[in-house]
Amino acid sequence: MNVPVDGRRSDSLCMPGAGDDPGSSFTELLRRDAPHELPGAPGGDVQQSASFVHATTVVAIRCADGVVMAGDRRATEGFSIANRRIEKVFPADAHSGVSIAGAAGPAMEMVRLFQTELEHYEKVEGEPLTLEGKANRLSQLVRANLPAAMQGLAVVPLFAGYDLDHAHGRLFRFDVTGGRYEEADYHATGSGGVHARNWVKAAWAEDLSAEAAIDLALRSLFAAADEDAATGGPDLVRKIFPNVATITADGYRAFDDDAVAQRAALLIGGREEGAPT
Amino acid sequence: MTAPFYVSPEQVMKDRADYARKGIARGRSLVALEGSEGITIVADNPSRTLYKISEIYDRIAFAGVGKYNEFQMLKIAGVRHADMKGFSYSRSDVNARSLANAYAQTLGQVFTHEMKPYEVEILVAQVADDPADDELFHLLYDGTVMDEEGFTVLGGRAEEIATALGERFSEGLSLAESAQLGAEILGSDDGDLEIDALEVGFLDRTAPGRAFRRIRDEELGALLG
Repeated sequence: MNVPVDGRRSDSLCMPGAGDDPGSSFTELLRRDAPHELPGAPGGDVQQSASFVHATTVVAIRCADGVVMAGDRRATEGFSIANRRIEKVFPADAHSGVSIAGAAGPAMEMVRLFQTELEHYEKVEGEPLTLEGKANRLSQLVRANLPAAMQGLAVVPLFAGYDLDHAHGRLFRFDVTGGRYEEADYHATGSGGVHARNWVKAAWAEDLSAEAAIDLALRSLFAAADEDAATGGPDLVRKIFPNVATITADGYRAFDDDAVAQRAALLIGGREEGAPT
Repeated sequence: MTAPFYVSPEQVMKDRADYARKGIARGRSLVALEGSEGITIVADNPSRTLYKISEIYDRIAFAGVGKYNEFQMLKIAGVRHADMKGFSYSRSDVNARSLANAYAQTLGQVFTHEMKPYEVEILVAQVADDPADDELFHLLYDGTVMDEEGFTVLGGRAEEIATALGERFSEGLSLAESAQLGAEILGSDDGDLEIDALEVGFLDRTAPGRAFRRIRDEELGALLG
């Protein structure tokens, strides 16, 4: 079948069965039919020549029902604030989520490709990948980004989900080489990750309720914002609070800003001081 | 030297069409009904794992009758087309009409140029916010596209079933009513199809994002009453 120069097959179908069939993978399909759409390394040294947007701290905490994910809302560009409301926590599919720290452009692109990849597999095969399979898939995407990472466009995601086969929450972190490390209980990455992680470490316990884990995630992000310039704290004037999502047996659920604002207000004011309830 | 055997193009096309029709007529049938809650697709399919009905995209479903491996390939090609388009442009740029056109082209191409035509009929259904905007594209083995209103029937006993369904179908059926009507109409004079022989897919009008889901086991049992 003829492939148009720009790779788009808007009016002809790509039937399976050809010599280099991409199988159930959307990334392989792109690689074969539209390689220009794949995220790739830019030429030259990016760090030297241009500024680009950075997204920072994200945290994932395992709780009794599954996993809680949260991320601050700040994106920086050098010493400037590029965006106050950026989102860093995304659903990957019905039962998993991905959050990102690092160069915002390639990270968003990676998340979009990962989401399509999981959905594509599920539709072609008729059933979703296992949680382990999804984590491995993300690992390959991170590894493919290594050339860009060497030029300063590193992306380090956190991946968490509810393992339907084993009925509990699991979370994975990655390094720029695609290394995949399963964390037992919690993890935080990004420039404020160390501070957030320490905060979680001090208070984490087995079988936390989802509410307690959300509070812990919010506190850890506020603590990180206190220490790290690139992490955004709660913005009471503009009413900007972290993105929060839970992933349980019922699936991925993102909390709306109002719900997070209420919890955050309690934490900031302290219940004793008569904060609004 | 012997002259090559001459067969008129009319005869070639007729032979191919007869061949495809025979293959399809051997298979079981499938109906799709537009209703108040969404589009319900009911298939006569004794297998629990080899599906005739599948999800293509957010609001688009696919169904095929005839030769399994052939409509399965068409399904995968459709998912590729949709995902590729959604990734390159945006999710809202993927629509059933463009997919049906691509299918028509491929089926037509295969019908005239390949050794044998596909022995399939396929359906591309798209649910909309307003029932009046629902779309049912019924495609034949030779690439013919029919834009159907209200309901459509694919497969072996299509004409007979369509006549019966035409007498009983009305607008605004609920999911349960659609599933019941589908099961009844696909059944024979001896009675409705058993739950074990039914495959039901549903495009939920009110679902945010991916609207397709399979209805099976207990949920299907409850719907059929």
